[in-house]
Formats: sequence, structure tokens, C-alpha cells
Amino acid sequence: MTAEIDIRNVSKSFGALTVIENLSLSIPAHEFVVFLGPSGCGKSTLLRMIAGLEGVDEGEIFINGVRVDPLPPGQRGLAMVFQSYALYPHMTVRQNMAFGLENVGTPRAVIAGRVQIAARMLEIDHLLDRKPGQLSGGQRQRVAIGRAVVKEPKAFLFDEPLSNLDAALRARTRIEIAQLHQRLRATMIFVTHDQIEAMTLAERIVVMNNRRIEQIGPPMEIYDRPATRFVAGFVGAPQMNFLDVRSAAAGAAGLEVRLDETLTVLTHVDPAEAGRAAVLGVRCEAVHVTGADQGDVVGVVGVLERLGDRALAHVHLATGQSVIASEVAQTRLRVGDRIGLKFDGDKAHLFDAEGAALPLWRAP
Amino acid sequence: MTNRSDASARRRKAAGADAPDWRNALFVAPYLFFFATLLVFPLFWGIWLSFHKADIFTSGPFVGLGNYIRLFNDAVFLRSVGNTFYFVFLTVPALALLGLFLALSLNSNSRLATILRGLFFSSSVLSVTIVTLIWRFVFIPQYGLLAAIYKLFDAEAPSFLTDPSLAMIAIAITTIWWCIGLPMMLFLAALQQIPADIYEAAALDNASRWRTLTSITLPSIRRTFVLVVIIQIVMQFQLFGQAWLMTRGGPNNVTRPIVLHIYDLAFRRWDVGLGAAASEVLFALILAAAMIQYLMSRSAGERS
Repeated sequence: MTAEIDIRNVSKSFGALTVIENLSLSIPAHEFVVFLGPSGCGKSTLLRMIAGLEGVDEGEIFINGVRVDPLPPGQRGLAMVFQSYALYPHMTVRQNMAFGLENVGTPRAVIAGRVQIAARMLEIDHLLDRKPGQLSGGQRQRVAIGRAVVKEPKAFLFDEPLSNLDAALRARTRIEIAQLHQRLRATMIFVTHDQIEAMTLAERIVVMNNRRIEQIGPPMEIYDRPATRFVAGFVGAPQMNFLDVRSAAAGAAGLEVRLDETLTVLTHVDPAEAGRAAVLGVRCEAVHVTGADQGDVVGVVGVLERLGDRALAHVHLATGQSVIASEVAQTRLRVGDRIGLKFDGDKAHLFDAEGAALPLWRAP
Repeated sequence: MTNRSDASARRRKAAGADAPDWRNALFVAPYLFFFATLLVFPLFWGIWLSFHKADIFTSGPFVGLGNYIRLFNDAVFLRSVGNTFYFVFLTVPALALLGLFLALSLNSNSRLATILRGLFFSSSVLSVTIVTLIWRFVFIPQYGLLAAIYKLFDAEAPSFLTDPSLAMIAIAITTIWWCIGLPMMLFLAALQQIPADIYEAAALDNASRWRTLTSITLPSIRRTFVLVVIIQIVMQFQLFGQAWLMTRGGPNNVTRPIVLHIYDLAFRRWDVGLGAAASEVLFALILAAAMIQYLMSRSAGERS
């Protein structure tokens, strides 16, 4: 049975430091949810509260309708994969995987069967009699996942499980975790500060910052329609360009904002919000390089980063602000070139002074 | 310009790495000097002495195994060997288990635990004269602390230091009280090395407190347990001060340890050759006991 997790008005403080404030979240069964946020945002604490490793100061946590926050970790039916793997160093891989089942009195034959199946699935069946000290980082990671799988938990909790792996192994393990979810269809909660892990693994991303949830949504919605300036800046690489708005007025198809004497951008934001528009956000792929006299604004290329599949031009504007524009990989741009930039208003975002995104205009 | 100085720096570095080995030996020379003069030389001199008839001032003729034969025909020496084994048997297991128990109980950051850790360790800093003085007050018949406690229950305290069946036990209790700090500290250090997330994994794995202790904690500090037992075997085989100051080896030699016998032979009867032979026997006993303990724990570790 897989878990439906309901978090209601949960708060948590460590001494004078509040790490979670009145947070509520519902996770339906079978879903792969990623908690994404910078370090110190409370995402790991939230996961550890679900696991029972941290107490809940206020609020309640339910799993399949049963209140679990007063229960000890072992009785919640969850399995967790730790950042440092947390394997028992003096036990063999087999004993590591069997430990949890032995503690609840599972018959030996059942344990042996489950360990065998999980080991084959994770391709660690040849390692069963080794100890963790004799394994590589990637193998230890698989054992840690195997230890979770054999318990057939209601939900899997992953606490930054990929951060100790090198880049190549991280990409491979990411895919394997995605496959694991497809195979088991269990509820999975995955904590990370890496937006690529979040984008590739999640069915829904919960973006957290500063003790609270900024936005909950599918990865592409988080990317395309960030609810706050924080989400817009945190998700996506390079970071979204932010430009201060001088004035705003209703245009042909939405709100038209003026950024300096010459530069105006026509957005799809509701013109009724003209008074709140404070910051324009636009990703580098929505900023196009043109000839010096053909763009909305003129600038000078300060830095050119060639990434292989594309190039990023860091362009200094006359106002002193800097904008990153995406160019084709074979671009002939050179540092010092005077160029024009054209902003794709369809893909631009507007935020108010508090950082909340302004709603889109819906044509009547 | 910079390029050239970089290159020459690299060359110098490479030359340093290829330096002759004698230059590396300089780093260990100071230690090696004291190791050789204070440990290796006396060890071999002692072995050499044990094959000679020697007194404090002169070393006499070579007597082969003569000293050893005399030693093993000496009932008092054999008795002291037996006494020493009895003492080790009384103290080492108690020190290891009690130290482990204290460490497990006091392994927390609470203020009480911190104070108690300091308190239990504080006896270790006392000298043997102070320790034995304190415990002689405890054991004094009729007026001592134990006598007072016995009196509360309307019983008469036995005379611990003069009763042949109790004297060694009294010395063992004194020694355990004196030495408990080191095992406790070693166990505490080992306990604090165990990563916290293993305990979290065990909590998620439904492990009971007892199962966590036996399956996680104790296996994690197995090496420290072996270390503590070996250190204590080596230390307690060398019992001298407590026995000398509390009972002078009496009554009727029941608390006479090997070292006291060696002291008697070499420095009171001036039979240095015989004393050296007894020292070598003690050396062999300590070495054998520590090795047996080490090998046993190692093979047990390989089985599990």
C-alpha cells in the first residue's frame, strides 16, 4: 500500500531559530515529489519530520489518514535513503538489507527472497557478502536504495542522495531512481538543492525558501510560470535576467512596461496590474541578439561563455545593467561588440515589489 | 621571467622528492634515540642479566638458565605469579565492563553527564599514595567507612586488609576505583565516533533499544574494547604500588604480586640476575596474555 501524505500547519523551531512556519502540503499516493530550495530553507527538516527523526512543534502529519507525528520513525512504514548512505559498517550488504525486516519478525525465507529480488533489480547481487567499506560510492548508494526497497515501504524518502556522487554517476543514478519510481509506483519524496535533479525527477516540485513554500507545481509550470521572483531566479541556468520597471501602461495585447528612455517591452500581463509592476524577468532564451540598430536596446558584449550547445552573451546596457542573451553555439560575436537586443515580451514575467508574479492577461 | 622561476621551483621540488633516504631518517632520529636507549637497550640488557649471576655493582659469571631454574623452584615466586593472575582476573574484566557501562550511561551532552564524567575521571589523576591512603581509611576495621556502613545494618565489618580471602579483593576494588577513568574515556571517544545517521537508519529500521545496542553500538566499538582490555592487562600485571602501600604483600604473601617479588629480589636481596629473570618471566606473561586476547578477538571478528 502506498502512502498519501498530508502535512497540516506544521511549524518547527530549533531554539530561537524557526526553520518551518505554518506549512501545509498534500502529497497524493504514487507521486514523485521533490523539495527544492537553497540550503537552510527547511526542506531537509520537513523530510526528517515526515520520517519522524525530528519532532513537530505544531501541526499534524497524516499518512493514509492516520496521524503519525506522535509515532516513532519505525512505525510510520517509511524508508529513507541518507545523503551519507548510513549503512551499518560492520554488517554485510545482505545483513544491511535484512536488518529492518528482522526487527519486525519477517520470516527468514521471505527476507531472503526479497533481498534477492531487490539485489538483482539494483545489480548488487554479486556484492551481497561484502561489507560497505569494500564498496565504491555508487555501490553503497545502491545498497542504501536496496535497503529501502526490501522494506516495501509506504513511501520512500530521499535526503540529497546524489550529492556525494561524481557528476557522471549522479546522472546515471538519477535515471535509475526515475526507473525505480516507474517500476514500484510508490510515493517518493526527494530533497535536493539541485534544480536539474528536481526538473528531471519530479512529477511535482515544491520550491521552498526561508521557512515556507514558494510554489508547488509540475516542473515545466515552475519553469514557465514562476509564482515568485525567488522561484524565477532559483530555477533555470543561467539565472533569469531581472530589470527594474520605470513605468507601465496598457498596450495592445497586455501590459507594456518601460525600462529606460528607449526600451519598452510588451508583455502578456494583465493591464489592470499596471500599478504593481516593479521588476521585469526574462530568461536568456527570450533575449535575442540583433544588429546594433535593429534591437529594442543597444549594449556591449562583456563576456562570452561558449557552452558547446549554445553560447551566452553577457551584455552591458547603457543604464549600467547587465543582461544575458542566448546565442547559437557558432556565434561570431566577440567581446566588445556593439549589438542590439530584442526582448520576447510573450515570455517575459512581471513581479511586484514583494516578488509575487503578476497574473497573465486573459483576453475577454 | 615568471616562467623560468616556476620551472626552477619545480626542479627544486623534484630534487627534494628524490632526496636520499638518510635525510628522511633525521625526522625520526630524536625518537629513535630515546627508544633505543630507554627501551631497546634495557630490554636486551635485562635478558643478558637474567643469564648471569649479578648483584647491584658487578655482573658475575654466566649461569645459563640457572636463574630461571631457581625461580621456578621458588614457592614464593610461584605464589606471586598466581596472585598476579588472580588480581588481573579481578580487575581487567571489571574495568572493561564498568568502563563500558559508565560510557554508555554518560554519553550525552547533559550537564549532569558532563559533571559525572569529570568526577569519574578525577580519581585517575591522583597518585598511588593518595589513592591507597583514601582506601585504607575506607577499609580500617571498626572506624573506616565500610565499618560504618556495616554498622548501619548492625553487622560487623570484616577486616578487609588482613583477611587472607579479602585482601586481594580490597586491592582490586581500590585499583578499579583508581583506573576506571581511562577505559571510560576511551569508550566515550569511540561512542562519539559512531555517526549519528546510523542510529537514525536503525530507528527507521524499527530497531529496539536493545537491538540498537547489540547490533549497532557494541560492534562499532569492538576495536576499542580490545584496546582497553590489552591496555588494562599490561597495566594490571604490573601491580606494585597498591599492594606495597596497603598490605606489603601480606597477609602471608597472599597479595604479593610479581613486581613486588622482583623488587625484593633485585633491590633488597641484591640478587639482580634473579630479579632480571623474574622480570623476563613477567614480560613474557604480559606479552602472551595480550597476544592471546588480541588473536582471540581478531578471529571472533572474522567469524561474525
